[in-house]
Amino acid sequence: MLKIQDLSFGVNSDDGQKEILRNINLEIPDGKLIVITGPNGGGKSTLAKLIAGIEKPSSGRIVFDDNDITDMNVTERARLGIGFAFQQPVRFKGLKVIDLIRLAAGKKLTVVEACTYLSAVGLCAREYIDREVNSSLSGGELKRIEIATVLARKTKLTIFDEPEAGIDLWSFSNLIEVFQQQREEMKDRSIMIISHQERILNIADEIIVLNSGRVDNKGDREAVLPGLIGTSSAVQTCRGIKKGADC
Amino acid sequence: MDLNNIQKYLLKEIADLSGAPSGAYNIRSDSQSIARQSTENVDIIPKENGSGIDIFVKPGTKGESVHIPVVMTKSGLKETVYNDFYIGEGADVEIVAGCGIDNCGAHDSQHDGVHRFFVQKNARVKYVEKHYGSGSGKGKRILNPVTEVYMDEDSYVEMEMVQIKGVDDTTRTTTADLKEGAKLVVRERLMTHEEQKAASVYTVNLNGDNSNADIVSRGVARDNSYQKLDLKIVGNAACKGHTECDSIIMDNGKILAVPALEANNVDASLVHEAAIGKIAGEQLIKLMTLGLSESEAEEQIINGFLS
Repeated sequence: MLKIQDLSFGVNSDDGQKEILRNINLEIPDGKLIVITGPNGGGKSTLAKLIAGIEKPSSGRIVFDDNDITDMNVTERARLGIGFAFQQPVRFKGLKVIDLIRLAAGKKLTVVEACTYLSAVGLCAREYIDREVNSSLSGGELKRIEIATVLARKTKLTIFDEPEAGIDLWSFSNLIEVFQQQREEMKDRSIMIISHQERILNIADEIIVLNSGRVDNKGDREAVLPGLIGTSSAVQTCRGIKKGADC
Repeated sequence: MDLNNIQKYLLKEIADLSGAPSGAYNIRSDSQSIARQSTENVDIIPKENGSGIDIFVKPGTKGESVHIPVVMTKSGLKETVYNDFYIGEGADVEIVAGCGIDNCGAHDSQHDGVHRFFVQKNARVKYVEKHYGSGSGKGKRILNPVTEVYMDEDSYVEMEMVQIKGVDDTTRTTTADLKEGAKLVVRERLMTHEEQKAASVYTVNLNGDNSNADIVSRGVARDNSYQKLDLKIVGNAACKGHTECDSIIMDNGKILAVPALEANNVDASLVHEAAIGKIAGEQLIKLMTLGLSESEAEEQIINGFLS
Protein backbone atom coordinates (compact mmCIF):
# COMPACT_ATOMS: atom_id res chain seq x y z
CA MET A 1 0.00 0.00 0.00
CA LEU A 2 1.32 3.41 -1.02
CA LYS A 3 -0.04 6.50 0.70
CA ILE A 4 0.58 9.99 -0.61
CA GLN A 5 -0.21 12.67 1.92
CA ASP A 6 -0.51 16.40 1.12
CA LEU A 7 2.24 16.12 -1.45
CA SER A 8 3.34 19.30 -3.22
CA PHE A 9 6.16 20.01 -5.62
CA GLY A 10 7.31 23.33 -7.04
CA VAL A 11 10.09 24.64 -9.21
CA ASN A 12 11.71 28.03 -9.57
CA SER A 13 10.83 29.73 -12.83
CA ASP A 14 11.28 33.19 -14.33
CA ASP A 15 7.87 34.09 -12.90
CA GLY A 16 8.83 32.99 -9.41
CA GLN A 17 7.85 29.72 -7.74
CA LYS A 18 5.72 27.51 -9.97
CA GLU A 19 3.69 24.72 -8.38
CA ILE A 20 3.62 21.50 -10.41
CA LEU A 21 1.71 19.43 -7.83
CA ARG A 22 -0.51 20.81 -5.08
CA ASN A 23 -1.62 18.91 -1.98
CA ILE A 24 -1.99 15.50 -3.58
CA ASN A 25 -3.63 12.84 -1.42
CA LEU A 26 -3.84 9.31 -2.82
CA GLU A 27 -3.84 5.68 -1.76
CA ILE A 28 -2.58 2.95 -4.07
CA PRO A 29 -3.84 -0.34 -2.63
CA ASP A 30 -2.10 -3.69 -3.15
CA GLY A 31 -3.24 -5.96 -5.95
CA LYS A 32 -4.54 -3.14 -8.16
CA LEU A 33 -3.64 -1.76 -11.54
CA ILE A 34 -3.93 2.01 -11.33
CA VAL A 35 -3.73 4.31 -14.34
CA ILE A 36 -2.94 7.97 -13.87
CA THR A 37 -4.14 10.15 -16.71
CA GLY A 38 -4.83 13.79 -17.40
CA PRO A 39 -3.82 16.52 -19.82
CA ASN A 40 -0.17 17.12 -20.70
CA GLY A 41 1.57 19.21 -18.07
CA GLY A 42 -0.83 18.06 -15.37
CA GLY A 43 1.96 16.65 -13.18
CA LYS A 44 1.67 12.91 -13.92
CA SER A 45 5.34 12.19 -14.59
CA THR A 46 6.39 14.44 -11.72
CA LEU A 47 4.24 12.40 -9.35
CA ALA A 48 5.87 9.19 -10.61
CA LYS A 49 9.34 10.65 -10.09
CA LEU A 50 8.45 11.80 -6.58
CA ILE A 51 7.35 8.28 -5.68
CA ALA A 52 10.57 6.76 -7.08
CA GLY A 53 12.69 9.38 -5.27
CA ILE A 54 14.07 10.98 -8.42
CA GLU A 55 12.55 14.30 -7.36
CA LYS A 56 12.08 15.60 -3.80
CA PRO A 57 8.75 17.10 -2.74
CA SER A 58 8.40 20.64 -1.40
CA SER A 59 6.11 19.31 1.29
CA GLY A 60 4.02 16.29 2.20
CA ARG A 61 4.81 12.65 2.95
CA ILE A 62 5.03 9.39 1.03
CA VAL A 63 4.42 6.18 2.97
CA PHE A 64 5.06 2.76 1.45
CA ASP A 65 3.98 -0.33 3.37
CA ASP A 66 4.02 1.66 6.65
CA ASN A 67 7.54 3.00 5.96
CA ASP A 68 7.82 6.76 5.60
CA ILE A 69 10.02 6.91 2.49
CA THR A 70 9.86 10.70 1.97
CA ASP A 71 13.50 11.21 2.93
CA MET A 72 14.83 8.02 1.36
CA ASN A 73 16.96 8.13 -1.77
CA VAL A 74 16.28 6.31 -5.05
CA THR A 75 18.31 3.21 -4.08
CA GLU A 76 16.62 2.80 -0.70
CA ARG A 77 13.18 3.02 -2.26
CA ALA A 78 14.16 0.56 -5.00
CA ARG A 79 15.37 -1.90 -2.37
CA LEU A 80 12.06 -1.56 -0.51
CA GLY A 81 10.29 -2.70 -3.67
CA ILE A 82 9.53 0.28 -5.90
CA GLY A 83 10.25 -0.22 -9.60
CA PHE A 84 10.29 2.52 -12.21
CA ALA A 85 10.21 2.30 -16.01
CA PHE A 86 11.42 5.53 -17.58
CA GLN A 87 9.47 7.36 -20.24
CA GLN A 88 12.73 8.01 -22.07
CA PRO A 89 15.06 5.11 -21.31
CA VAL A 90 18.75 5.69 -20.87
CA ARG A 91 21.48 4.35 -23.17
CA PHE A 92 24.73 2.85 -21.87
CA LYS A 93 27.87 2.33 -23.93
CA GLY A 94 29.30 -1.09 -23.19
CA LEU A 95 26.51 -2.43 -20.97
CA LYS A 96 24.68 -5.27 -22.66
CA VAL A 97 20.98 -6.08 -22.47
CA ILE A 98 21.73 -9.18 -20.41
CA ASP A 99 23.83 -7.09 -17.97
CA LEU A 100 20.90 -4.75 -17.35
CA ILE A 101 18.42 -7.58 -16.88
CA ARG A 102 20.79 -9.32 -14.44
CA LEU A 103 21.31 -6.10 -12.48
CA ALA A 104 17.54 -5.64 -12.37
CA ALA A 105 16.91 -9.19 -11.17
CA GLY A 106 19.64 -8.76 -8.56
CA LYS A 107 21.02 -12.23 -9.23
CA LYS A 108 22.94 -14.22 -11.80
CA LEU A 109 20.18 -15.18 -14.21
CA THR A 110 20.86 -17.76 -16.87
CA VAL A 111 20.60 -16.57 -20.46
CA VAL A 112 17.41 -18.60 -20.82
CA GLU A 113 15.85 -16.92 -17.77
CA ALA A 114 16.88 -13.47 -19.00
CA CYS A 115 15.43 -14.23 -22.42
CA THR A 116 11.96 -14.85 -20.97
CA TYR A 117 11.74 -11.17 -20.03
CA LEU A 118 12.69 -10.07 -23.54
CA SER A 119 10.23 -12.47 -25.10
CA ALA A 120 7.54 -11.06 -22.82
CA VAL A 121 7.94 -7.65 -24.43
CA GLY A 122 7.95 -9.08 -27.93
CA LEU A 123 11.67 -9.01 -28.67
CA CYS A 124 13.39 -11.96 -30.27
CA ALA A 125 15.56 -12.72 -27.27
CA ARG A 126 18.58 -14.29 -28.91
CA GLU A 127 19.00 -11.30 -31.22
CA TYR A 128 19.00 -8.82 -28.37
CA ILE A 129 20.47 -10.48 -25.31
CA ASP A 130 24.10 -9.65 -26.20
CA ARG A 131 23.46 -6.27 -27.78
CA GLU A 132 24.82 -3.16 -26.16
CA VAL A 133 22.22 -0.78 -24.75
CA ASN A 134 23.60 1.99 -26.95
CA SER A 135 22.54 4.18 -29.83
CA SER A 136 22.37 1.19 -32.20
CA LEU A 137 18.98 0.40 -30.63
CA SER A 138 15.89 2.21 -31.86
CA GLY A 139 13.69 4.13 -29.45
CA GLY A 140 11.07 1.38 -29.58
CA GLU A 141 13.59 -1.39 -28.93
CA LEU A 142 15.04 0.56 -26.03
CA LYS A 143 11.60 1.12 -24.57
CA ARG A 144 10.78 -2.57 -24.64
CA ILE A 145 14.14 -3.44 -23.06
CA GLU A 146 13.37 -0.87 -20.35
CA ILE A 147 10.08 -2.61 -19.61
CA ALA A 148 11.81 -6.02 -19.62
CA THR A 149 14.29 -4.83 -16.97
CA VAL A 150 11.48 -3.59 -14.77
CA LEU A 151 9.58 -6.87 -15.15
CA ALA A 152 12.73 -8.74 -14.08
CA ARG A 153 12.72 -6.87 -10.77
CA LYS A 154 9.33 -8.27 -9.68
CA THR A 155 8.78 -5.28 -7.42
CA LYS A 156 5.94 -4.70 -4.98
CA LEU A 157 4.97 -1.46 -6.73
CA THR A 158 5.93 -0.92 -10.35
CA ILE A 159 5.52 2.47 -12.00
CA PHE A 160 5.47 2.77 -15.79
CA ASP A 161 5.82 6.33 -17.08
CA GLU A 162 4.09 6.48 -20.47
CA PRO A 163 5.11 2.96 -21.49
CA GLU A 164 3.53 3.37 -24.92
CA ALA A 165 5.61 6.43 -25.87
CA GLY A 166 7.83 5.70 -28.87
CA ILE A 167 6.63 2.17 -29.63
CA ASP A 168 4.74 0.90 -32.64
CA LEU A 169 1.20 -0.39 -32.74
CA TRP A 170 2.11 -4.08 -32.72
CA SER A 171 4.31 -3.59 -29.68
CA PHE A 172 1.56 -1.59 -28.03
CA SER A 173 -0.87 -4.53 -28.29
CA ASN A 174 1.86 -6.73 -26.88
CA LEU A 175 2.35 -4.29 -24.04
CA ILE A 176 -1.32 -4.44 -23.07
CA GLU A 177 -0.99 -8.23 -22.88
CA VAL A 178 2.09 -7.83 -20.64
CA PHE A 179 0.15 -5.62 -18.23
CA GLN A 180 -2.83 -7.95 -18.21
CA GLN A 181 -0.60 -10.92 -17.50
CA GLN A 182 1.14 -8.99 -14.73
CA ARG A 183 -2.21 -8.22 -13.16
CA GLU A 184 -3.23 -11.86 -13.20
CA GLU A 185 0.02 -12.89 -11.53
CA MET A 186 0.08 -10.19 -8.86
CA LYS A 187 -1.73 -10.57 -5.59
CA ASP A 188 0.03 -8.35 -3.10
CA ARG A 189 1.77 -6.28 -5.79
CA SER A 190 0.45 -3.25 -7.62
CA ILE A 191 1.10 -1.47 -10.90
CA MET A 192 0.84 2.24 -11.55
CA ILE A 193 0.82 3.33 -15.20
CA ILE A 194 1.07 6.92 -16.36
CA SER A 195 -0.84 7.01 -19.63
CA HIS A 196 -3.67 8.65 -21.47
CA GLN A 197 -4.16 5.80 -23.92
CA GLU A 198 -7.74 4.57 -23.89
CA ARG A 199 -6.66 0.92 -24.29
CA ILE A 200 -4.54 1.17 -21.16
CA LEU A 201 -7.32 2.95 -19.27
CA ASN A 202 -9.57 0.06 -20.32
CA ILE A 203 -7.55 -2.44 -18.28
CA ALA A 204 -7.31 -0.26 -15.15
CA ASP A 205 -8.89 -1.21 -11.85
CA GLU A 206 -8.84 2.40 -10.80
CA ILE A 207 -8.20 5.66 -12.64
CA ILE A 208 -6.77 8.87 -11.21
CA VAL A 209 -7.08 12.09 -13.22
CA LEU A 210 -4.43 14.75 -12.58
CA ASN A 211 -5.07 18.22 -13.96
CA SER A 212 -3.06 21.36 -13.29
CA GLY A 213 -1.26 19.68 -10.40
CA ARG A 214 -4.41 18.57 -8.59
CA VAL A 215 -6.43 15.35 -8.38
CA ASP A 216 -9.38 16.13 -10.63
CA ASN A 217 -11.10 12.80 -10.27
CA LYS A 218 -10.41 9.29 -9.00
CA GLY A 219 -12.29 6.07 -8.62
CA ASP A 220 -13.10 2.72 -10.23
CA ARG A 221 -12.64 2.54 -13.98
CA GLU A 222 -16.35 2.04 -14.58
CA ALA A 223 -17.09 5.29 -12.78
CA VAL A 224 -14.30 7.48 -14.16
CA LEU A 225 -13.62 6.32 -17.72
CA PRO A 226 -16.93 7.28 -19.38
CA GLY A 227 -16.34 10.91 -18.49
CA LEU A 228 -12.88 10.86 -20.10
CA ILE A 229 -13.80 9.40 -23.52
CA GLY A 230 -13.21 11.96 -26.24
CA THR A 231 -10.95 14.14 -24.08
CA SER A 232 -7.16 14.40 -24.08
CA SER A 233 -7.15 12.15 -21.00
CA ALA A 234 -8.30 9.11 -23.03
CA VAL A 235 -6.62 9.13 -26.42
CA GLN A 236 -7.49 6.42 -28.92
CA THR A 237 -4.74 4.10 -30.01
CA CYS A 238 -4.07 5.58 -33.43
CA ARG A 239 -3.36 8.98 -31.94
CA GLY A 240 -0.07 9.25 -30.14
CA ILE A 241 1.22 5.79 -31.10
CA LYS A 242 3.57 5.39 -34.06
CA LYS A 243 1.38 4.18 -36.88
CA GLY A 244 1.91 0.59 -37.95
CA ALA A 245 0.78 -1.02 -41.21
CA ASP A 246 -2.58 -2.03 -39.80
CA CYS A 247 -3.44 1.32 -38.28
CA MET B 1 58.11 -23.71 -14.54
CA ASP B 2 58.37 -22.57 -10.91
CA LEU B 3 56.53 -19.36 -10.16
CA ASN B 4 56.13 -17.49 -6.91
CA ASN B 5 52.75 -16.13 -5.86
CA ILE B 6 53.37 -12.62 -7.24
CA GLN B 7 54.45 -13.99 -10.61
CA LYS B 8 51.37 -16.21 -10.71
CA TYR B 9 49.11 -13.30 -9.80
CA LEU B 10 50.55 -11.02 -12.46
CA LEU B 11 50.39 -13.71 -15.16
CA LYS B 12 46.75 -14.29 -14.32
CA GLU B 13 46.00 -10.57 -14.57
CA ILE B 14 47.74 -9.88 -17.86
CA ALA B 15 47.37 -13.12 -19.79
CA ASP B 16 44.76 -15.14 -17.88
CA LEU B 17 47.39 -17.84 -17.41
CA SER B 18 47.65 -20.15 -14.42
CA GLY B 19 50.56 -22.13 -15.79
CA ALA B 20 52.37 -22.71 -19.05
CA PRO B 21 50.03 -22.07 -21.97
CA SER B 22 49.53 -24.42 -24.86
CA GLY B 23 51.21 -23.48 -28.13
CA ALA B 24 54.32 -21.35 -28.42
CA TYR B 25 55.35 -19.13 -25.55
CA ASN B 26 58.09 -17.11 -23.94
CA ILE B 27 57.61 -16.02 -20.35
CA ARG B 28 59.92 -13.28 -19.16
CA SER B 29 60.33 -12.45 -15.51
CA ASP B 30 62.66 -9.83 -14.04
CA SER B 31 64.65 -9.43 -17.27
CA GLN B 32 65.12 -13.16 -17.94
CA SER B 33 63.27 -15.73 -19.97
CA ILE B 34 62.04 -18.30 -17.45
CA ALA B 35 60.19 -20.54 -19.90
CA ARG B 36 60.13 -20.84 -23.65
CA GLN B 37 58.57 -23.22 -26.13
CA SER B 38 58.48 -23.22 -29.92
CA THR B 39 56.16 -25.36 -31.97
CA GLU B 40 56.36 -26.89 -35.42
CA ASN B 41 54.92 -23.75 -36.96
CA VAL B 42 56.02 -21.04 -34.54
CA ASP B 43 59.70 -20.48 -33.79
CA ILE B 44 60.72 -18.25 -30.90
CA ILE B 45 64.40 -17.36 -31.15
CA PRO B 46 66.27 -15.08 -28.74
CA LYS B 47 68.11 -12.19 -30.35
CA GLU B 48 71.87 -12.61 -30.35
CA ASN B 49 72.47 -9.55 -28.23
CA GLY B 50 69.91 -10.74 -25.67
CA SER B 51 67.70 -7.72 -26.13
CA GLY B 52 64.54 -9.64 -27.00
CA ILE B 53 63.11 -12.37 -29.20
CA ASP B 54 62.18 -12.98 -32.83
CA ILE B 55 58.96 -14.86 -33.46
CA PHE B 56 58.55 -16.57 -36.81
CA VAL B 57 55.12 -17.87 -37.77
CA LYS B 58 55.28 -20.15 -40.83
CA PRO B 59 53.11 -19.31 -43.83
CA GLY B 60 49.72 -20.97 -43.71
CA THR B 61 49.77 -21.62 -39.95
CA LYS B 62 46.20 -21.72 -38.70
CA GLY B 63 44.63 -21.42 -35.27
CA GLU B 64 47.83 -21.29 -33.21
CA SER B 65 48.51 -19.00 -30.27
CA VAL B 66 51.69 -17.31 -29.07
CA HIS B 67 51.98 -16.09 -25.47
CA ILE B 68 54.81 -13.71 -24.57
CA PRO B 69 53.91 -12.19 -21.17
CA VAL B 70 56.37 -10.17 -19.09
CA VAL B 71 56.30 -9.81 -15.32
CA MET B 72 58.50 -7.66 -13.10
CA THR B 73 58.59 -8.16 -9.36
CA LYS B 74 61.86 -6.47 -8.33
CA SER B 75 61.81 -2.78 -7.53
CA GLY B 76 64.17 -0.60 -9.53
CA LEU B 77 64.42 -2.78 -12.67
CA LYS B 78 64.52 -0.91 -15.97
CA GLU B 79 64.60 -2.63 -19.33
CA THR B 80 63.90 -2.12 -23.02
CA VAL B 81 62.95 -5.28 -24.88
CA TYR B 82 62.74 -5.68 -28.66
CA ASN B 83 60.39 -8.34 -29.98
CA ASP B 84 59.88 -8.83 -33.70
CA PHE B 85 57.02 -10.85 -35.15
CA TYR B 86 57.25 -12.27 -38.67
CA ILE B 87 53.84 -13.53 -39.70
CA GLY B 88 53.99 -15.70 -42.82
CA GLU B 89 51.66 -15.42 -45.78
CA GLY B 90 48.15 -16.68 -45.11
CA ALA B 91 48.81 -17.49 -41.44
CA ASP B 92 46.10 -16.93 -38.80
CA VAL B 93 47.36 -16.59 -35.22
CA GLU B 94 46.57 -15.09 -31.86
CA ILE B 95 49.32 -13.34 -29.94
CA VAL B 96 48.89 -12.60 -26.25
CA ALA B 97 51.43 -10.16 -24.85
CA GLY B 98 51.17 -7.91 -21.79
CA CYS B 99 53.21 -6.77 -18.87
CA GLY B 100 52.54 -6.80 -15.17
CA ILE B 101 54.73 -4.90 -12.70
CA ASP B 102 54.60 -5.39 -8.97
CA ASN B 103 56.65 -2.75 -7.22
CA CYS B 104 56.78 -2.80 -3.45
CA GLY B 105 60.01 -0.83 -3.23
CA ALA B 106 61.09 2.79 -3.37
CA HIS B 107 62.64 2.71 -6.85
CA ASP B 108 60.86 3.04 -10.17
CA SER B 109 60.35 -0.11 -12.25
CA GLN B 110 60.15 0.34 -15.99
CA HIS B 111 59.50 -1.93 -18.94
CA ASP B 112 59.61 -0.54 -22.45
CA GLY B 113 58.54 -3.14 -24.97
CA VAL B 114 59.20 -2.43 -28.62
CA HIS B 115 57.11 -4.75 -30.77
CA ARG B 116 57.40 -4.85 -34.54
CA PHE B 117 54.95 -6.83 -36.65
CA PHE B 118 55.75 -7.80 -40.23
CA VAL B 119 52.50 -9.23 -41.53
CA GLN B 120 52.66 -10.84 -44.95
CA LYS B 121 49.94 -11.10 -47.58
CA ASN B 122 46.56 -12.49 -46.49
CA ALA B 123 47.77 -13.18 -42.94
CA ARG B 124 45.51 -12.53 -39.94
CA VAL B 125 46.68 -11.61 -36.46
CA LYS B 126 44.76 -11.03 -33.27
CA TYR B 127 47.00 -9.28 -30.78
CA VAL B 128 46.01 -8.83 -27.12
CA GLU B 129 48.13 -6.68 -24.84
CA LYS B 130 47.23 -6.03 -21.21
CA HIS B 131 49.17 -3.82 -18.86
CA TYR B 132 48.78 -3.94 -15.12
CA GLY B 133 50.54 -2.63 -12.04
CA SER B 134 50.38 -3.52 -8.36
CA GLY B 135 52.37 -3.11 -5.16
CA SER B 136 52.37 -0.57 -2.40
CA GLY B 137 55.89 0.85 -2.79
CA LYS B 138 56.63 4.48 -3.57
CA GLY B 139 58.52 3.46 -6.72
CA LYS B 140 56.57 4.07 -9.90
CA ARG B 141 55.40 1.39 -12.32
CA ILE B 142 56.26 2.66 -15.79
CA LEU B 143 55.43 1.10 -19.15
CA ASN B 144 56.24 2.65 -22.51
CA PRO B 145 55.17 0.26 -25.25
CA VAL B 146 56.11 0.99 -28.85
CA THR B 147 54.20 -0.97 -31.46
CA GLU B 148 55.02 -0.88 -35.15
CA VAL B 149 52.84 -2.72 -37.63
CA TYR B 150 53.78 -3.30 -41.26
CA MET B 151 50.93 -4.86 -43.17
CA ASP B 152 51.19 -6.39 -46.64
CA GLU B 153 48.35 -6.75 -49.15
CA ASP B 154 45.01 -8.01 -47.82
CA SER B 155 46.35 -8.74 -44.35
CA TYR B 156 44.24 -8.19 -41.24
CA VAL B 157 45.36 -7.19 -37.75
CA GLU B 158 43.10 -6.76 -34.76
CA MET B 159 44.65 -5.26 -31.63
CA GLU B 160 43.14 -5.20 -28.17
CA MET B 161 45.19 -2.87 -25.98
CA VAL B 162 44.15 -2.70 -22.35
CA GLN B 163 45.51 -0.83 -19.35
CA ILE B 164 43.05 -0.98 -16.51
CA LYS B 165 44.91 -0.45 -13.26
CA GLY B 166 48.09 0.41 -11.46
CA VAL B 167 50.36 1.84 -14.18
CA ASP B 168 51.74 5.17 -12.97
CA ASP B 169 53.22 6.46 -16.16
CA THR B 170 52.85 5.31 -19.72
CA THR B 171 53.47 6.57 -23.20
CA ARG B 172 51.97 4.21 -25.74
CA THR B 173 53.19 4.76 -29.28
CA THR B 174 51.64 2.82 -32.11
CA THR B 175 52.38 3.23 -35.82
CA ALA B 176 51.04 1.23 -38.73
CA ASP B 177 51.66 1.17 -42.48
CA LEU B 178 49.00 -0.55 -44.56
CA LYS B 179 49.32 -1.75 -48.12
CA GLU B 180 46.50 -2.45 -50.57
CA GLY B 181 43.45 -4.16 -49.07
CA ALA B 182 44.94 -4.39 -45.56
CA LYS B 183 42.71 -3.77 -42.54
CA LEU B 184 43.67 -2.71 -39.02
CA VAL B 185 41.22 -2.72 -36.13
CA VAL B 186 42.27 -1.35 -32.73
CA ARG B 187 40.27 -1.41 -29.52
CA GLU B 188 42.06 0.41 -26.74
CA ARG B 189 40.86 0.62 -23.12
CA LEU B 190 42.62 2.92 -20.69
CA MET B 191 41.86 3.65 -17.08
CA THR B 192 44.00 5.96 -15.00
CA HIS B 193 43.58 6.77 -11.33
CA GLU B 194 45.32 8.58 -8.47
CA GLU B 195 48.20 10.65 -9.90
CA GLN B 196 48.77 8.50 -13.02
CA LYS B 197 49.63 9.82 -16.45
CA ALA B 198 48.94 8.11 -19.75
CA ALA B 199 49.60 9.21 -23.30
CA SER B 200 48.51 7.16 -26.27
CA VAL B 201 49.71 8.16 -29.71
CA TYR B 202 48.64 6.47 -32.92
CA THR B 203 49.81 7.19 -36.45
CA VAL B 204 48.23 4.99 -39.07
CA ASN B 205 49.29 5.40 -42.69
CA LEU B 206 46.82 4.05 -45.21
CA ASN B 207 49.13 3.68 -48.20
CA GLY B 208 47.29 1.17 -50.40
CA ASP B 209 43.96 1.35 -52.18
CA ASN B 210 41.10 -0.26 -50.21
CA SER B 211 43.12 -0.22 -47.02
CA ASN B 212 41.05 0.35 -43.92
CA ALA B 213 41.65 1.34 -40.29
CA ASP B 214 39.20 1.50 -37.41
CA ILE B 215 40.76 2.83 -34.19
CA VAL B 216 38.58 3.15 -31.10
CA SER B 217 40.01 4.31 -27.79
CA ARG B 218 37.90 4.40 -24.64
CA GLY B 219 39.31 5.98 -21.52
CA VAL B 220 38.34 6.73 -17.94
CA ALA B 221 40.38 9.30 -15.97
CA ARG B 222 39.70 9.23 -12.22
CA ASP B 223 41.13 11.04 -9.18
CA ASN B 224 43.92 13.41 -10.30
CA SER B 225 45.02 11.40 -13.33
CA TYR B 226 45.76 12.69 -16.82
CA GLN B 227 45.28 11.17 -20.25
CA LYS B 228 46.34 12.40 -23.65
CA LEU B 229 44.90 10.61 -26.65
CA ASP B 230 46.48 11.49 -29.96
CA LEU B 231 45.00 9.50 -32.83
CA LYS B 232 46.06 10.27 -36.35
CA ILE B 233 45.14 8.59 -39.62
CA VAL B 234 46.87 9.53 -42.85
CA GLY B 235 45.06 8.61 -46.06
CA ASN B 236 47.52 8.28 -48.95
CA ALA B 237 45.27 6.21 -51.24
CA ALA B 238 41.63 5.34 -51.92
CA CYS B 239 41.11 4.18 -48.35
CA LYS B 240 38.78 4.35 -45.37
CA GLY B 241 39.75 5.40 -41.88
CA HIS B 242 37.84 5.94 -38.66
CA THR B 243 39.08 7.03 -35.25
CA GLU B 244 37.05 7.43 -32.10
CA CYS B 245 38.15 8.77 -28.71
CA ASP B 246 35.47 8.31 -26.13
CA SER B 247 36.27 9.28 -22.57
CA ILE B 248 34.69 9.48 -19.15
CA ILE B 249 36.14 12.06 -16.82
CA MET B 250 35.74 11.82 -13.03
CA ASP B 251 36.87 13.62 -9.88
CA ASN B 252 39.77 15.92 -10.85
CA GLY B 253 40.81 13.90 -13.89
CA LYS B 254 42.00 15.64 -17.04
CA ILE B 255 41.80 14.40 -20.61
CA LEU B 256 43.17 15.86 -23.81
CA ALA B 257 41.88 14.28 -27.02
CA VAL B 258 43.69 15.22 -30.22
CA PRO B 259 42.16 13.37 -33.13
CA ALA B 260 43.78 14.15 -36.45
CA LEU B 261 43.06 13.24 -40.06
CA GLU B 262 45.27 13.88 -43.03
CA ALA B 263 44.03 13.12 -46.55
CA ASN B 264 46.59 13.11 -49.34
CA ASN B 265 44.38 11.42 -51.91
CA VAL B 266 41.03 12.64 -53.23
CA ASP B 267 39.53 9.17 -52.70
CA ALA B 268 40.53 8.92 -49.05
CA SER B 269 37.50 8.82 -46.76
CA LEU B 270 38.40 9.62 -43.16
CA VAL B 271 36.22 10.19 -40.10
CA HIS B 272 37.01 11.02 -36.53
CA GLU B 273 34.80 11.23 -33.46
CA ALA B 274 35.78 12.45 -30.02
CA ALA B 275 33.72 12.86 -26.88
CA ILE B 276 34.64 13.58 -23.27
CA GLY B 277 32.13 13.83 -20.46
CA LYS B 278 31.28 12.74 -16.96
CA ILE B 279 28.92 9.84 -16.27
CA ALA B 280 25.42 11.02 -17.14
CA GLY B 281 23.24 11.58 -14.07
CA GLU B 282 20.35 9.77 -15.72
CA GLN B 283 22.51 6.64 -16.15
CA LEU B 284 23.25 6.64 -12.42
CA ILE B 285 19.58 7.17 -11.56
CA LYS B 286 18.46 4.35 -13.86
CA LEU B 287 20.77 1.87 -12.14
CA MET B 288 19.79 3.22 -8.72
CA THR B 289 16.14 2.49 -9.54
CA LEU B 290 17.31 -1.11 -9.99
CA GLY B 291 18.56 -1.09 -6.38
CA LEU B 292 22.24 -0.24 -6.89
CA SER B 293 23.91 2.37 -4.69
CA GLU B 294 25.42 5.37 -6.45
CA SER B 295 28.96 3.96 -6.20
CA GLU B 296 27.82 0.51 -7.38
CA ALA B 297 26.08 2.16 -10.33
CA GLU B 298 29.25 4.09 -11.15
CA GLU B 299 31.35 0.91 -11.14
CA GLN B 300 28.89 -0.91 -13.40
CA ILE B 301 28.87 1.97 -15.89
CA ILE B 302 32.69 2.13 -15.98
CA ASN B 303 33.11 -1.65 -16.18
CA GLY B 304 30.67 -1.75 -19.08
CA PHE B 305 32.33 1.18 -20.82
CA LEU B 306 35.75 -0.46 -20.58
CA SER B 307 34.59 -4.00 -21.34
